[in-house]
Amino acid sequence: MGEFIMEKDQYILGIETSCDETAVAIIKNGREIVANVVASQIESHKRFGGVVPEIASRHHVEQLTIVLEEAMSQATLEFKDIDGIAVTEGPGLVGALLIGVNAAKALSFAHQIPLVPVHHIAGHIYANRLVTEMKFPLLSLVVSGGHTELVYMKEHGHFEVIGETRDDAAGEAYDKVARTLNMPYPGGPHIDRLAQVGEPIINLPRAWLEEGSYDFSFSGLKSAVINTVHNAEQRGETIKPEDLAASFQESVIDVLVTKTLKATEEYKVNQVLLAGGVAANKGLRNRLEEAFGEINVELVIPPLSLCTDNAAMIAAAGSIFFEKGQRAGLNLNANPGLDITIHNQ
Amino acid sequence: MKVLAIDTSNYPLGIAIIDEEKVIGEYVTNVKKNHSIRVMPAIEMLLKDCDLTPNDLTKIVVAQGPGSYTGVRIGVTIAKTLSWTLKIPLVGVSSLEILAAAVGRYFPGGVSPLFDARRGQIYTGLYQYENGKIKTVEKDQILQSKDWAKQLTNLSQPVLFVGNDIPLHKEIIVEEMGEQAKFAELTELNPRPSELAFLGMHREGEEVHTFVPNYIRLAEAETKWIEANQAKDSN
Ligand SMILES: [Zn+2]
Repeated sequence: MGEFIMEKDQYILGIETSCDETAVAIIKNGREIVANVVASQIESHKRFGGVVPEIASRHHVEQLTIVLEEAMSQATLEFKDIDGIAVTEGPGLVGALLIGVNAAKALSFAHQIPLVPVHHIAGHIYANRLVTEMKFPLLSLVVSGGHTELVYMKEHGHFEVIGETRDDAAGEAYDKVARTLNMPYPGGPHIDRLAQVGEPIINLPRAWLEEGSYDFSFSGLKSAVINTVHNAEQRGETIKPEDLAASFQESVIDVLVTKTLKATEEYKVNQVLLAGGVAANKGLRNRLEEAFGEINVELVIPPLSLCTDNAAMIAAAGSIFFEKGQRAGLNLNANPGLDITIHNQ
Repeated sequence: MKVLAIDTSNYPLGIAIIDEEKVIGEYVTNVKKNHSIRVMPAIEMLLKDCDLTPNDLTKIVVAQGPGSYTGVRIGVTIAKTLSWTLKIPLVGVSSLEILAAAVGRYFPGGVSPLFDARRGQIYTGLYQYENGKIKTVEKDQILQSKDWAKQLTNLSQPVLFVGNDIPLHKEIIVEEMGEQAKFAELTELNPRPSELAFLGMHREGEEVHTFVPNYIRLAEAETKWIEANQAKDSN
């Protein structure tokens, strides 16, 4: 007929409220950020030494329409231009998730825009697609306050968790050790900074678990740090916090890097993606870069702003799920225990 | 004018659509089910049954609390988002006032709507009609039902209690107030969303971005933090 079809650009609006960031972003064609707004509540939670769920939920209600408006004006788009609304369904704090989910449903209803549910970790992994195109099969090391996982992907939108923590997440261990060293919340960045100037001379355990396992365990290490501090106090000895931080960090990173390298080999992947808030850790970045500098596998580490919780990553993942036809109805609920394999079809 | 009212502040789920002359549609349930799953489908169904689309709406009225923190937040989040994105005014009404408005119209005295707030406490306030308009006599608050009942005995008129949680506090109230206390009938204990819509219909729209639930109480962690810091200051 001589007609030609113009490919229309795809715009996905993402909403993320699973913890203490209220975030909205708009992504064009799955890879291009046209708006990315994050309102952090961290200052409000600091005085409590951690995130208080009720207070997080209250802040989300205060912030969400402001953040939505800011994102829409950054993008200079109208809702008729938006193809899908992607929202974090879980995991996370249920009261916090509910705010994003219900706002997303209201938008979806008001403008008859398809609703796309997204797993928070799928989002973290897809933050990498805003940096470079994904090359399958790939492996993603997800490290955050609530998660430590190795995820294998054979193709877009398909997730296989090959290893995960059996007790504390790495970020949790960081926060607890920081508390032992009397550092303010959140402790991760403080430990990382101290570790840069300390020497890893204190002997701490590494939990390799059984042969061939890609699972993690950090509670033994955390206890060992606490015991080391106690024993030193009792003997009237002083331990340099810098050295303790360096030794702790070395132990965590040893396990993370070694297991990631091993899985990279076994699964013959083309790419390794770092994901999650702990990806901001300098020590971890450096060691991974060193290790992957010696082998022929691409390592991708997103910039800090895309490692911590944001909605650009939710929209980026949502773009793929939208294409795959994944939809939620207006009865979508928050699901704090959501499994990432819901996206596998 | 088509006003959509949403109330999810306690177990009852209420949605209504009214215009100047009539209640066009109303949906009420009182079951222990998850509001998050049910509110938007209920709104969608009611609009559809009334042959309306979201763009026909001209105002959103929402029950602003007090009540279940999570429940109030679900309604308020949906109301704020709809109001913002449809560019129509948002009005918040006390969740207690809705109950009082429905039963107090023809009652010659004060109305005390109540929700149980655990450990002997209630959320309540005192309302009364004056020249056909409802007035707040005592603002919404949280206190022991016993203390509240005692306080009300100072009034020289009967007080009508209304709310699904009356059975939890009736004995205490009657003990303090005797015949002065009257109690609404079973069919009047659910807040009527149409009443909510009428209460909000002629009130001025509020700033959407700064609109927040009226929790009455601070978050527990915040109360503890303030107490701890005051203790530190006085040392
Ligand atoms: Zn996260």
